[in-house]
Amino acid sequence: MSSQTLTEKILSQASGKTVTEGDVIEAAVDIVAFHDLTGYHVIEVMEKAGMVKVFDKGKIVIAFDHLAPPPDVRSAEIQGNIRKFVKDVKIPYFYDINVGILHELLVEKYAQPGQVIVAADSHTTTSGALGAFAQGMGASDVAAAAITGKTWLVVPSSFKVTLEGEPAKWITGKDVALKLLGDFKAEYFNGKSIEVFVKNPSAFPMDYRATTSNMGIEMNADALMFVPDSETLRYVKQMRGYETKLVTPDSEARYPEEYTIELNKMEPLVAAPYSVDNVKTAGEVQGTPIDQVYIGSCTNGRLSDFEIAARIMKGKKVKSRCIAIPASYEMFKEALERGYINTLFEAGCIVTYGTCGPCLGGHFGVAGPGEVILSTSSRNFRGRMGSNESKTYLSGPAVAAASAIAGKISLPGDVE
Amino acid sequence: MIVEGPAIKFGDKIDTDIIIPARHLKYTDPKYLAEHAMEPLDPEFHKKASKGVILVAGKVFGMGSSREQAAIALKAAGVKAIVAESFARIFYRNSINNGLPVIVVPNITKEVNEGDMIKVNVETGEVIANGKVLKGKGITGMALEILNTGSLIDYLKKVSIRQTN
Repeated sequence: MSSQTLTEKILSQASGKTVTEGDVIEAAVDIVAFHDLTGYHVIEVMEKAGMVKVFDKGKIVIAFDHLAPPPDVRSAEIQGNIRKFVKDVKIPYFYDINVGILHELLVEKYAQPGQVIVAADSHTTTSGALGAFAQGMGASDVAAAAITGKTWLVVPSSFKVTLEGEPAKWITGKDVALKLLGDFKAEYFNGKSIEVFVKNPSAFPMDYRATTSNMGIEMNADALMFVPDSETLRYVKQMRGYETKLVTPDSEARYPEEYTIELNKMEPLVAAPYSVDNVKTAGEVQGTPIDQVYIGSCTNGRLSDFEIAARIMKGKKVKSRCIAIPASYEMFKEALERGYINTLFEAGCIVTYGTCGPCLGGHFGVAGPGEVILSTSSRNFRGRMGSNESKTYLSGPAVAAASAIAGKISLPGDVE
Repeated sequence: MIVEGPAIKFGDKIDTDIIIPARHLKYTDPKYLAEHAMEPLDPEFHKKASKGVILVAGKVFGMGSSREQAAIALKAAGVKAIVAESFARIFYRNSINNGLPVIVVPNITKEVNEGDMIKVNVETGEVIANGKVLKGKGITGMALEILNTGSLIDYLKKVSIRQTN
């Protein structure tokens, strides 16, 4: 037990035996979560199985985000059914439409180093920012985990990534995610767990980490975890007011593969349609006309994203449509107090909070035929944000804000 | 378990937004989902698949969302099994949990053409196509037990009954 990676350490603890890559294990779960759109399906599975019950009420988290506020009658009906479940089963950690996006809430309030978290949404990997082994699963698997408190997993191979130095200007967590996608492509990490070591913890804060972990699923990784460090302690203390315990890999841990990213040498990156791994430098696609910019989602809806957007948009007007959605009540409130919301509003953005809407072509900014979108969200698959004939580019907040001002894909320096 | 049928072929990185677009996720009725399976690439897919087909695809089939409707839609449309060069983890589990066999066979897209009759041994992972025997990764252990039971729901019921007795 003395030379385990973070993945092996967490999964050994959760299964009660020493595990190695390839083992099929039954793991105890610390948190089971779902949202409105997947939640009704999870409950439906429970009903069909004849077991509408949960293993531990205090370990279930439910948040409404995909259909929030409901864009149609069916969405309202889905949410109504889940509210009834919450009441019947007496779930204490339930967040209605006014609180925020599930993955952001897990990061802000619940995820801890060393936990196993499963949720009915692929972007559950986001909680890896705090060093939790967090996986998205389908409705049946999540229903089973909610009922039994356990799930089966295949122990992935651990892949070590080291982030060195201070990020170059405008470089954030999105650029690191896109760098990994561009260099390794979308299938390379299938069956692998990525463990990220940050040499200078304060240079890559929790906001950035959450963005990078969020896109672990785009890399098809089983998990993308940041090795807990002083930044993890600082974040939990600041957001929740208590100390968390660090769970870290052993110093002798062996990693079959390693990769280093020098943050100071990076430049802003963009994923071009229709694939998350179709990565180019922002300079390569500079000048591409765009119809709409979306700043937000569980990928990039945090305070630092809005701080960057506000810095770029201050005193300017957007040329493209721009929708800006902080991921939670807390993020919106803080951005409001710091004046970022006002800056974006005065620049001509539509601002609200706590909905996934545009990211999945749901509502609040669906792409029309032939439209080009630049989004800070996580996916640019064909038809993802609306029409099959629309195109989505993905970027971090700096390129997104600059592009909204210019009406075409731009570098922050172009509009300064 | 042996399944047979003509192949419908797709390339690499078929994502869940292609398999079933998000606007259809407010429903779980298999019949409804089947009609919209693969809609962005081929709106006629469900008609072609309705007689029972085997999907043959490239790398990371089912990448993206956790939506279980993706597996349900394909199965309901008539897909008897999927043979791909690799699968995204969530989709792979969702398929087994809904009784849809998924077999990994390296280079399968080079060996099979659209319309070829193929035969899949789900447990051994052996695939017979164009007179060739291709070796894939079969389904074993708990995954096989779920598949043989029909779905994770049925498996849960069975395990729960076992525990009660």
